[in-house]
Amino acid sequence: MAMALDLPRPGQPRAARLRPWLVALLLAAALLSVGSGAAGVSLHGVLGDLLSGQGIAARDKVVLLDIRLPRLAMGILVGAGLAVAGAVMQGLFRNPLADPGIVGVGAGAGLGAVGAIVLGGLLPGALVATLGQYLVPIAAFLGAWGATLLLYRVASRGGRTSVAVLLLAGIALAAMAGALTGVLTYLADDRQLRDLTFWGMGSLAGASWLRLIAGAALIVPALLLAPRLARGLDALALGEAAAAHMGTDIERLKRHSVLVVAALAGAAVALAGGIGFVGIVVPHLLRLLAGPGHRRLLVDAALLGAALLVLADLVARRVVVPAELPIGIVTAVLGAPVFLWILLRRRGFGGL
Amino acid sequence: MLRIADLHVRLGRAEVLTGIDLDAAPGEVTVILGPNGSGKSTLLRAVSGEIPYAGSVRLAGHEVARTAPWRLAALRGVMEQASTVAFPFTVAEVVRLGLQSGIEAGEEIVAAALAEVGLSAFAHRPIQELSGGQQARAHLARVRAQVWHPSGHAGPRWLLLDEPVASLDIGHQVEVMAILRRFAQGGGGVVAVLHDLNLAASVADRIVLMAAGRIEAAGPPEAVLRDDLLSRVYGCPLRVGVAPVRGPWVLPPPIEALSA
Repeated sequence: MAMALDLPRPGQPRAARLRPWLVALLLAAALLSVGSGAAGVSLHGVLGDLLSGQGIAARDKVVLLDIRLPRLAMGILVGAGLAVAGAVMQGLFRNPLADPGIVGVGAGAGLGAVGAIVLGGLLPGALVATLGQYLVPIAAFLGAWGATLLLYRVASRGGRTSVAVLLLAGIALAAMAGALTGVLTYLADDRQLRDLTFWGMGSLAGASWLRLIAGAALIVPALLLAPRLARGLDALALGEAAAAHMGTDIERLKRHSVLVVAALAGAAVALAGGIGFVGIVVPHLLRLLAGPGHRRLLVDAALLGAALLVLADLVARRVVVPAELPIGIVTAVLGAPVFLWILLRRRGFGGL
Repeated sequence: MLRIADLHVRLGRAEVLTGIDLDAAPGEVTVILGPNGSGKSTLLRAVSGEIPYAGSVRLAGHEVARTAPWRLAALRGVMEQASTVAFPFTVAEVVRLGLQSGIEAGEEIVAAALAEVGLSAFAHRPIQELSGGQQARAHLARVRAQVWHPSGHAGPRWLLLDEPVASLDIGHQVEVMAILRRFAQGGGGVVAVLHDLNLAASVADRIVLMAAGRIEAAGPPEAVLRDDLLSRVYGCPLRVGVAPVRGPWVLPPPIEALSA
């Protein structure tokens, strides 16, 4: 296999050369995203205004600061969150096909979010008032946490996860969460239904600084914690017993990984609804480019995930102007073939 | 020192080990023998801290079940019966994982461990692309890197190996035996589960013969490798001879005699 010669060497990995490209890609995507939109405000024009000493027009300022920047920031947070959630989950399940969106964790988060929207009124008023904007993200986090724990219980035996059981358990989990979500939707009143519809579209369109801060409170700490799982996840690739023999505290690693996945996937779903396949495509591409070591993978995944989601959002905004496609459709069109490709390749190994 | 006293292990409802008492000393190669299902692997898994047990297993003074994983990792390396690697890590990356979990540091140990098992040329290949025997040697290199120096400032280190040569050809079997012997000569302790009686005779300072969850006999090869004992434990007529330089060797019966 000719590719073997291209694999990273110790000490001086290809990833060292990959990282600046990822940063550049993210910056370029960010500039493109801030510079384009339905309002026709261009960065070019705004810069021209600034340089000629006129100051920014009030309308331009609103478009940039209150619409496009929060949307960009949300794209970055959600993309980074989904990609890192995928990478951690794949490490935990020792399986490159584990993705929060596919195996029911997203559905669990959705159930939590919908539950908070519909049943939030039943909670003590003081609690709702305290939690405020944080209520839906926290509920989504709890939903994702429960789903991940349940999935691990069902699909993993002694550190081995069969792809078949994982995917089937994920289908069952998603169906169950979907049914409960349906019941809640049935119970919802008209105002709640409007909230649900907006939320469920899987879009970055609803971005506001307030919602963003609530999601960031979960995503940012989890993103910062994730690289600390790297050594344990590397060791876990050799199996639970081997990892333990090499000094990994397995139970702690599992607990922390599940929490990180739940925080990232839960908050991403709460912010942007169901966006699939980012968590599969990004880690898979990075493993091909720079090897499977989690120390690099978890950082690079955040960069590439953010860049890809911002770009996908650009596509979603551009394709059917002046309307927008739900971003989940864009990521699915790009991601589903990659998922199938991995599945077929693994079947070749008899790995199912 | 490895001290095992009144060790009992249950797996499910069955009691797999029923009262094991055993001491193993650093500087020696201790080989565990016994028929399938006699509890060899279970004994090794208990010693490595992988499964819960009743009784006492003390490695260098630490009760294994109550010792933190990282502390055990600095004290002993464990080669499992079969290891599969989930992602396309290269051979060198797998060995480095062992190195990082031990207390030594230094890239030169990765290279030395790979050289020891004869895999230097495969360092940057994904481990899944190697043959089964090569993968087993790569894992041995990983375990060796974890406890590279047989004796550290905290005392001797240990290698615990479950059928380390099961998938190796005879040349590599002998090489692995030489690695174990050198480790013991350097002051380290070795406990290995083997199946090949003659290979065991060639490397062991002490042989522990197990049957049905207990120790049937333990001692130097001459004392344990006896016609009557082996024939009874393995349920098969076996003859033990003595080679001039090498000591005991075991000859299976002619198959015609059995099928008649």
